[in-house]
Amino acid sequence: MAKSIDVSDLDIYYGDFLAVQGVNLHIKARSVTAFIGPSGCGKSTVLRSLNRMHEVIPGARVEGKVTVDGQSLYDAAVDPVAVRRQIGMVFQRPNPFPTMSIYENVLAGNRLNSKKMKKSEADDVVERSLKGANLWNEVKDRLDKPGMGLSGGQQQRLCIARAIAVKPQVLLMDEPCSALDPISTSAIEDLIHELKSDYTIVIVTHNMQQAARVSDETGFFNLKAAGQPGHLVEFNSTQKMFANPDNEATEAYISGRFG
Amino acid sequence: MSTVIDTDTQPVDRLEPLTGGTLPRIAPVLVGVCSVALGVLAWLLGLGVGGAVVVAWLAYLVGITGWTRAVEGSRQSTDTLVKTLMWTAFAVAMVPLVSLVWTVVARGAPVLTPQFLNDDMSGRALLGVGGGIYHAIMGTIMITLIAAVIAVPIGLFTAIYLVEYGKNNRLAKVITFLVDVMTGIPSIVAGLFAIALFIVITGDPLPRVGIGGAIALSLLMLPTVIRSVEEMLKLVPDDLREASYALGVPRWRTIVKVVLPTAVAGIVTGVTLAIARVAGETAPLLLILGTARVANWNPFEGPVQTLPVYIFQSLGQTTHFKYGEIWTDRVWGAALFLIIIVMSLNLVARIVGKAFAPKTGR
Repeated sequence: MAKSIDVSDLDIYYGDFLAVQGVNLHIKARSVTAFIGPSGCGKSTVLRSLNRMHEVIPGARVEGKVTVDGQSLYDAAVDPVAVRRQIGMVFQRPNPFPTMSIYENVLAGNRLNSKKMKKSEADDVVERSLKGANLWNEVKDRLDKPGMGLSGGQQQRLCIARAIAVKPQVLLMDEPCSALDPISTSAIEDLIHELKSDYTIVIVTHNMQQAARVSDETGFFNLKAAGQPGHLVEFNSTQKMFANPDNEATEAYISGRFG
Repeated sequence: MSTVIDTDTQPVDRLEPLTGGTLPRIAPVLVGVCSVALGVLAWLLGLGVGGAVVVAWLAYLVGITGWTRAVEGSRQSTDTLVKTLMWTAFAVAMVPLVSLVWTVVARGAPVLTPQFLNDDMSGRALLGVGGGIYHAIMGTIMITLIAAVIAVPIGLFTAIYLVEYGKNNRLAKVITFLVDVMTGIPSIVAGLFAIALFIVITGDPLPRVGIGGAIALSLLMLPTVIRSVEEMLKLVPDDLREASYALGVPRWRTIVKVVLPTAVAGIVTGVTLAIARVAGETAPLLLILGTARVANWNPFEGPVQTLPVYIFQSLGQTTHFKYGEIWTDRVWGAALFLIIIVMSLNLVARIVGKAFAPKTGR
């Protein structure tokens, strides 16, 4: 059920400001693709353009082409809501719904869309999703407690459970571990490994070890110069990127000699 | 390599002392007693009570600040000075409030009998027999409820437009400006608007209809409701909206099922306070509702009595040579009941706000 994504000549604007220019890449199905690069170079912007979430920001627009499994995301007739139902997203900061219990949070994607479900079916979805997010054992006895009562790492796994409960084709993760401690981070990295068999995953991270650990392919983004738009410098298999990258700038960034 | 440092010739860098002088704990009490004594002395010497209080207060202020400065230093004395001024301001602000509540309760409570609450002003009430505020209570509740029914949906939807859809476009800016202008409309003008409106509708040169009063009140409520709901919606983090969009939830469902439930506590509180605010309006209601002696349940015809108007009207009778005293009692009773209504609305707002607030589970 996982899908591949093709991006060609993608330019992303915020109003008149060109944030990212000329991105071309192919994201394979059932693999983990990592985006790395310094702050402000447009990694998150590109990620958000993959499920049309960047449009939430007023003035944001896209030129170029993004196709998922052959279907273009930016055709005039495309409904962004339908896109987001199939391409889920996990954010930098855990954001469970404060008015809902753990159980309701996992079901939010279904409930908020008024999908009719039998109780047993809903229970199954909750259990499957929480198990998928490695959270089931920690919360199975308190599913009716508020989601906000969990620790930061648990909240983030709850958000992942919420995202996979609607069975998306692709899962986008925007620095999912940046607010978490090493143990929670390791739990989520394990989870990414497991999810890889069913989903196409794209992850933005500032942690290069994390990119090396979890991803199959890596894209390095950078600014051409201060004030210039961001662009994709190199896109290669993670092994190659970290062993002998094609581009000098990539090597400088990965080895810490950045400047 | 090693050099011997001659410690005798090197200036030694010592830590400055961390302790300083402190006033005894009972210092404020001591200064207070002395100040009161000074005040009493001033009073005995023929100064008025107000003057004596001012003398005592000045003596306390100068005494405690000066003593602190002498013992603890200038920073602490400034702290003491400002603290004393703050407490004074607090006390001055409390005086009218406490005095008002005390007077109204003391004079109104004996009047509030079941008979006073269940009787209207028909029959021989004008002659000092019986008489009560049943009709005014019911009128206040009816008119305020209708006003809320008109103003709350309009206000809620306006605020949702401003926060969720307007996003500072030109229309939203114009609406915000008009809301600000509306906040400043004097209540009597709202009453004039309502009466002018119903002169046009009914053709009657002096219309008396309940719904007109409700419209005047809803005009006064509207800006408060819009403003408070707007602030509450702005407090909902964008993270939650994004989380909802990312699950493929359309915008209107995100607003109905995520944004509004998250903000509902604040919205309910704001709306209830707006209702409490207009429940005590007099001027516009006097214009459009007129006065009545019995309860009128038809908001589309005839005058309706409300508590504030009842109080205003009864006030005119308190100088009557024979029934003046009875009317005075009625004024205090009605005032107390109006306060009770407004206070209970405030209380309800707090309880509801607590009940709906998002739970952290910690």
